[in-house]
Amino acid sequence: MKLFFHLGRYFILIKRVFSKPEKLSVYLKQIVHEIDNIGIGSLPIISIISFFMGGVITIQAAFGFTSPIIPLYALGFTTRESMLLEFSPTIVCLILAGKIGSNIASEIGSMRITEQIDALEIMGINSAGYLILPKILAAIFILPFLIAISMFLGIFGGYVMGIATGACNSYEFIFGIQAFFEPWKLYYSFTKVITFAFLITSISSYFGYYTQGGALEVGKSSTSAVVYSSILILVFNFIITQLFFT
Amino acid sequence: MIEIKNISKTFGDRLVVDDVSFAFEQGKTNLIIGESGSGKTTIMKMMVGLHEINGGEILYDGKNFPILPVKDKQEVRKQIGMLFQGGALFDSQTLEENIRFPLDMFTSMSEEEKRDRVNFCLDKVQLTNRNNLYPGELSGGMKKRAALARAISNNPKYLFCDEPNSGLDPKTSIVIDNLIQSLTHEFNITTIVITHDMNSVVEIGENVLYIYKGKPWWKGNGKDILHTTNPELLDFVFASGFMKEVFQAVNKK
Repeated sequence: MKLFFHLGRYFILIKRVFSKPEKLSVYLKQIVHEIDNIGIGSLPIISIISFFMGGVITIQAAFGFTSPIIPLYALGFTTRESMLLEFSPTIVCLILAGKIGSNIASEIGSMRITEQIDALEIMGINSAGYLILPKILAAIFILPFLIAISMFLGIFGGYVMGIATGACNSYEFIFGIQAFFEPWKLYYSFTKVITFAFLITSISSYFGYYTQGGALEVGKSSTSAVVYSSILILVFNFIITQLFFT
Repeated sequence: MIEIKNISKTFGDRLVVDDVSFAFEQGKTNLIIGESGSGKTTIMKMMVGLHEINGGEILYDGKNFPILPVKDKQEVRKQIGMLFQGGALFDSQTLEENIRFPLDMFTSMSEEEKRDRVNFCLDKVQLTNRNNLYPGELSGGMKKRAALARAISNNPKYLFCDEPNSGLDPKTSIVIDNLIQSLTHEFNITTIVITHDMNSVVEIGENVLYIYKGKPWWKGNGKDILHTTNPELLDFVFASGFMKEVFQAVNKK
């Protein structure tokens, strides 16, 4: 029963979020602010993780490919496929669910318990729309760019590590990352990213918006936001994969 | 003018507000007083639409607020300014940004007009040239004054103040009280103040409603209250023996 209660309340909130903004110019300003907060603020961590993960994937693949039948360019191919299909769109979004999700839930939760959301409502502002819509739109806009950077840096990390460890040479790796490329896989990846961006921001906002109590409850909302966003990312990852691959 | 007619509110089985009616007059400081837990904040939250009512009517110049469509409700709310107990200033914004927020949202003022209005509001609450401070850098009294500046920035017709003196020293309390009263008279606002500060009641209470256990128990003004014979109200007013002694000494004189 509790599940239906939360689902119902979530969809009612989403309906409020997507109602007509009071003043477009103020919302646009907020979107730019959120793009900076969500996107640019996450760039350093995403870059570091992606670079090293790409490198590790290449080294592990090189260690596993012991058969002489497997060509060396398979290293580049494997790194590209891993980064494009799963690591960048899914694992990086799981990491972002932790970073952005907890940030959003605690920010909105703190505003709730200090009556700042009530203040917005009394001014005649749709608080759900003003606080949540810019975050959702900013994430949907900026996350694909972040993930593209993650993909690039992951493959680049694989290239650097591959050459540095002597696992392959430059020509073979570059040949590998170009081999058997199918563009629809990029559509698949970015469909996932846009879906996950919506899930992370809307679920985290939901938990923050309905926080009741004090600082302890803000912490609990923040934890719930990360847990439920992560679970739903995995569920939707499965659903989208099933839709694209069958 | 705001009128409440027979409003009531229950939380679960508990009746918190029971059949309360009162007329809050324009251009006057209207006070709702009562002990903690008597239902006064609930009445105010119902009046501004933060709580749904279980029965009765809340009339803003004749319009029954609770049954208005969402859009019309928002139009009424644009005419409301509210001073929250904790200030409820937006932490991440400076005082200037806080005060100009309603102007950005609802007016087509130019940047210069907005800046003038912000400075005017800050002058009114004696926070001149504090435009760039953040709420975290302000004292309790300054926060209340800044919140009051935000509440009046968009020329409200109705001003709600939830315990404006809580947590303040007597001297700062008087400053806040005087500010609320002078703004009410100057701009002809319908002001509703929730308080249990007896000093405020006597000083600025032009139209007072005493709530006892969720029921309307006494109506009058701040001066009459000292001569009441209502036993519950007497208990509330003279809860401190010191206050009683002072009052008796003044009467003897």
